[in-house]
Amino acid sequence: MRVVIAEDLALLRDGLTRLLEAYDFEVVAAVEDAEKLGEVLRTHDADIAVVDVRMPPTFTDEGLRAAIAARAERPGFPVLVLSQYVEQLYARELLGSGDGAVGYLLKDRVADVTTFVDAVRTVAGGGTVLDPEVVSTLIARAQPDSPIARLTDREREVLGLMAEGRSNAAIAAALFVTEKAISKHTSNIFMKLDLDADDDSNNRRVLAVIAYLQG
Amino acid sequence: MSTTVPATSPFEGESFFAGLSRRLKLSVLSVAYVLLAVPALVLLCVLTTALGVAIVGVGMALLLIFVPLNQQLANVHRRLAGRILGIHIERPYLPTKSVSGFGLLKRWVADPARWRDFAWTYMSVTVGWALAWISFGLGLGVLWYLVFPFVYWVTPNGVFDMNYGFFRLDTQAESFFEWIWLLVAFSLWWWLLPVLMRWRAELDRAMLSPTREFLERRVAEVSQSRAETIDHSAAELRRIERDLHDGAQARLVALGMNLGMAEEMLAKNPEGAAAMLAEARAVTTSALGDLRSVVRGIHPPVLADRGLAGAIQALALDMSLPVSVMINLAGRPAAPVESALYFATSELLANIGKHSGATRAVIEVTHDGEALKVVVEDDGAGGASINAGTGLAGVARRLAAFDGTMDVVSPVGGPTVVTLEVPCALSSPKISPSSGTA
Repeated sequence: MRVVIAEDLALLRDGLTRLLEAYDFEVVAAVEDAEKLGEVLRTHDADIAVVDVRMPPTFTDEGLRAAIAARAERPGFPVLVLSQYVEQLYARELLGSGDGAVGYLLKDRVADVTTFVDAVRTVAGGGTVLDPEVVSTLIARAQPDSPIARLTDREREVLGLMAEGRSNAAIAAALFVTEKAISKHTSNIFMKLDLDADDDSNNRRVLAVIAYLQG
Repeated sequence: MSTTVPATSPFEGESFFAGLSRRLKLSVLSVAYVLLAVPALVLLCVLTTALGVAIVGVGMALLLIFVPLNQQLANVHRRLAGRILGIHIERPYLPTKSVSGFGLLKRWVADPARWRDFAWTYMSVTVGWALAWISFGLGLGVLWYLVFPFVYWVTPNGVFDMNYGFFRLDTQAESFFEWIWLLVAFSLWWWLLPVLMRWRAELDRAMLSPTREFLERRVAEVSQSRAETIDHSAAELRRIERDLHDGAQARLVALGMNLGMAEEMLAKNPEGAAAMLAEARAVTTSALGDLRSVVRGIHPPVLADRGLAGAIQALALDMSLPVSVMINLAGRPAAPVESALYFATSELLANIGKHSGATRAVIEVTHDGEALKVVVEDDGAGGASINAGTGLAGVARRLAAFDGTMDVVSPVGGPTVVTLEVPCALSSPKISPSSGTA
């Protein structure tokens, strides 16, 4: 899998490169600002970009803007955004930039190497990965009149883990139940959120997450 | 007159054309002064009458309408005089925020600046008006002699013939002799106009600028709010130091110990070492979490990224109840103001979340050209007060450092409306109107 990394701090850029190469990703380019990211994405045929939010020249949110711009230029291009802090506002903007193939994680999560590598693969495969911190705020603020209110506590828990980008098997492991029980929960969730059961499973999960955000 | 003209004029080395253009502008201003005497005269008549019958209702009503109009007129003259003198003239009025009706009249009576405005109106239709007319006349004289040959040409023969006794001007060619007077008129205009206009501006300034008392009171207010701000920042720094000491620093120490032990164990007890490393990783996560919350308390990253508009939207999104946000700002205020308003809004939202029991809230952010206003409204139980120890007093103190005010209207049973207002200018004409429900 071909990865482009955009991160301005050399220490973290090299760390990410080493980490991803150790898991058989091919890092085709590692750049230090948003402008170079744009160039690299135009010249290299990458499968996913891993982008830091804060980069030169203004050290504000140019990474996020670059990610959204890249997805405007190439609809559905997978981008995983990393940041020292997460904002609901930015999560919404990223999710609004196209269907799926998007991730938004705290940089801390990189330390949990296997989960991070799974997240990169999920996003590259068209899935959605949200940081648990974003997800927990979303769970807290679900309104009584939103479709989310129709879910049971357990189903909400499963939806939360789905929003974090976990597969059914991973959710089953986290909740200490069988995968079969989880797939029953997920089909209930899809039904209660009025999502088409015949739809491709990956895209359906994304739609569920977006419904979650709008609650 | 309050100041003397400096010995060396600031226009000493001015070129002829710069001087000409400056005087042409002054001539235009003299027309404005002449015209502005008309509203001044009207205001003077109405105000004098209204004061005479102030004990009856109609007198008070007239005052309520015409005193602010007189203030507007005075403000125009503050700007004009400021322009001529190259200075900024402050407005000296006592604050009248949250006072209305009869209270407003009482406040005005107690405000020397209003009485000085009234005296100034007298001056502006007498001495001031005379100065303006002479200034205007000087320009008119130049214009008249300049166009005289043309006037002579377009009028029937004989209308503008001149008889100087020794010389009779009665042909088109001879009409150009009048240009000798042009020289005189131009000299008068050149030398007298700046002096007269300056006198007029100095008179306005003397009567319209803040008095010494006003400035002293202002300085006292500023010193008090500065002292409070310094106390507040010192307390903030202590809090940050404590947070770092007990949080991230302690965790980094623990991390070092974990790694040291893992190093020791590596050869003899690889499994134990792996457990130590896993623990070390967990410690880095919590250390980062600590640092993040400290950073949010100092200067939230989203405020740096998106300014007040984006940061308030982000605050609204973090609330557990729906908060609609309406923002209409044509730019960004100075960073300290932005930060103060952000933390104030954040505190208000935290109060709504903790104490109000509200089911929804509305935030409105606007700028009226002079002040930035944030209105936070919720449908909760009400009964909030600055003195109830809910952090509202702290918000008010923080805003006071920027001359800002906080107004709380919160009857028991709700709704609660809190209005924050900070006088400030907006920089960069970047339009960022945004709204939505979070």
